[in-house]
Amino acid sequence: MTQDEWDAYIAEAAKLLGLALTDEMRAATRANLETAERMAKLVLDYPLDDHAEIAPVFLA
Amino acid sequence: MTEPFRLSASEAAAAVARRDLTASAIVESTLVRIEARNPTLNAYTSLLAARARSKAADIDARIACGEKVGPLAGATYCVKNLFDVEGVTTLAGSKINANNPVAARDASLVRKMEAADAILLGAVNMGEYAYDFTGENVHAGASRNPHDPGHMSGGSSGGSGTAVAAGMATISLGSDTNGSIRVPSSFCGLFGLKPTYGCLSRAGSFPFVGSLDHLGPIARSVDDLALAYDAMQGHDGDDPAQAQRLVEPVVGALLGGLQGLRIARAGGYFARSGEPAAYAAVDTVCAALGVTREVELPEAQRARAAAFLITMAEGAELHLDRLRSRAQDFDPAVRDRLAAGSMLPASWIVRAQKFRRRYRDLVLRLFEEVDLIIAPATPCHAPKSGQATFVLDGAEMPVRPNIGVYTQPISFIGLPVAAVPVWTAGARLPIGVQIIAAPWREDLALRAAHALQQSGVCIAPVAD
Repeated sequence: MTQDEWDAYIAEAAKLLGLALTDEMRAATRANLETAERMAKLVLDYPLDDHAEIAPVFLA
Repeated sequence: MTEPFRLSASEAAAAVARRDLTASAIVESTLVRIEARNPTLNAYTSLLAARARSKAADIDARIACGEKVGPLAGATYCVKNLFDVEGVTTLAGSKINANNPVAARDASLVRKMEAADAILLGAVNMGEYAYDFTGENVHAGASRNPHDPGHMSGGSSGGSGTAVAAGMATISLGSDTNGSIRVPSSFCGLFGLKPTYGCLSRAGSFPFVGSLDHLGPIARSVDDLALAYDAMQGHDGDDPAQAQRLVEPVVGALLGGLQGLRIARAGGYFARSGEPAAYAAVDTVCAALGVTREVELPEAQRARAAAFLITMAEGAELHLDRLRSRAQDFDPAVRDRLAAGSMLPASWIVRAQKFRRRYRDLVLRLFEEVDLIIAPATPCHAPKSGQATFVLDGAEMPVRPNIGVYTQPISFIGLPVAAVPVWTAGARLPIGVQIIAAPWREDLALRAAHALQQSGVCIAPVAD
């Protein structure tokens, strides 16, 4: 996403989450999301079939 | 005679058992050491001198009566300040938690150390909410590297590394979500054990990322890691992720030597990006262990990325209410990563968790052919205090999130690791190497670490 797209996303997400971000926090949040986006690309590029499941701790 | 604070935990326990030294003498010597070194090094955030003296007096009285004492009687320890300690507020490195009431009882692992007659000296500094690899803390100040106070201790168990390396405790209990035991072990030149995920109970410790949080010891000797690890094993029913396994003592396995161990060096991802010192340390360890084989952990880079995302998201969820109500009371570097983490698409996190299981299957296949894998612990020696960037793989990168490039892909699937310290030729600071084993094979990692200690390849002297 572009910087402007991230800024728009952050503004809406912050509203949804009830976070009051200062301008300084917004810029740092964007930088962190840009890093996360790079990380997510690596993860999402890995092929997993429909039967892949997480390894949950929950025990019924 | 050696000043008592310089003894390792096993040496101290042996001296006390032989009645060569009293536990009280060890505590007094260590308190003097803390008074001398802590003002500069900034490890302790709560010093519990009265508790330590009382415990030591109790041990000495029992020994005088001929009563049996625990295996750590006379050994001093401290805990990262995310462990509950009765009567102390569990800060987890934060300003915000300082408003919480004091802990009503000790954390599960502290109770186990007490039962082994280890002597708690206090709680130590850490990176805020454990989201840190530097040991710097905006509220309490940085915990400093005893080998050179102008350099980082490493984090997030920074005060643990500082205290043990400076002789201000023999053992410290830390936590490791992405590398927070192994990084300070590397930077401060110590032995560290990050056990298998689900091994030691996390009950009574402040969490960070439930999917990835581990607890374990840091010490100046492998014997001490083993003593502490054995004392802390055992299921308690209070940690939802703790596996129900019998206690598997490792102390008796330390002298097993290298015979029969199949050991390989990690190539690929683990053989690039770091500074030459990181590889020189791995070379030294591999030469001493007679390693000629190389293996590649498949998808390690993706594993690190997945751990990064899960950490952001789970950490953000944990702290969301505090982000709403007290954003200005966080360390800004932590706060803004958490804010970003709260906004990650859910599908990214579920995918990262699914990938975690697949990656585990891929890596466990390697352990059909090898018992141990050797990899760097950190890509560099301890950076200077306050250093914001370093060069990795020819690119300038922020220090804070990138110190854990080699530790994250390992803890991501909960493999046990012994971190061992290496002083490369001419180096002014130590650097660590990871000895990685299959799940529940802490014994093998510690056996190899012990052999390296015995041969003098890996040593952890008190820093003066």
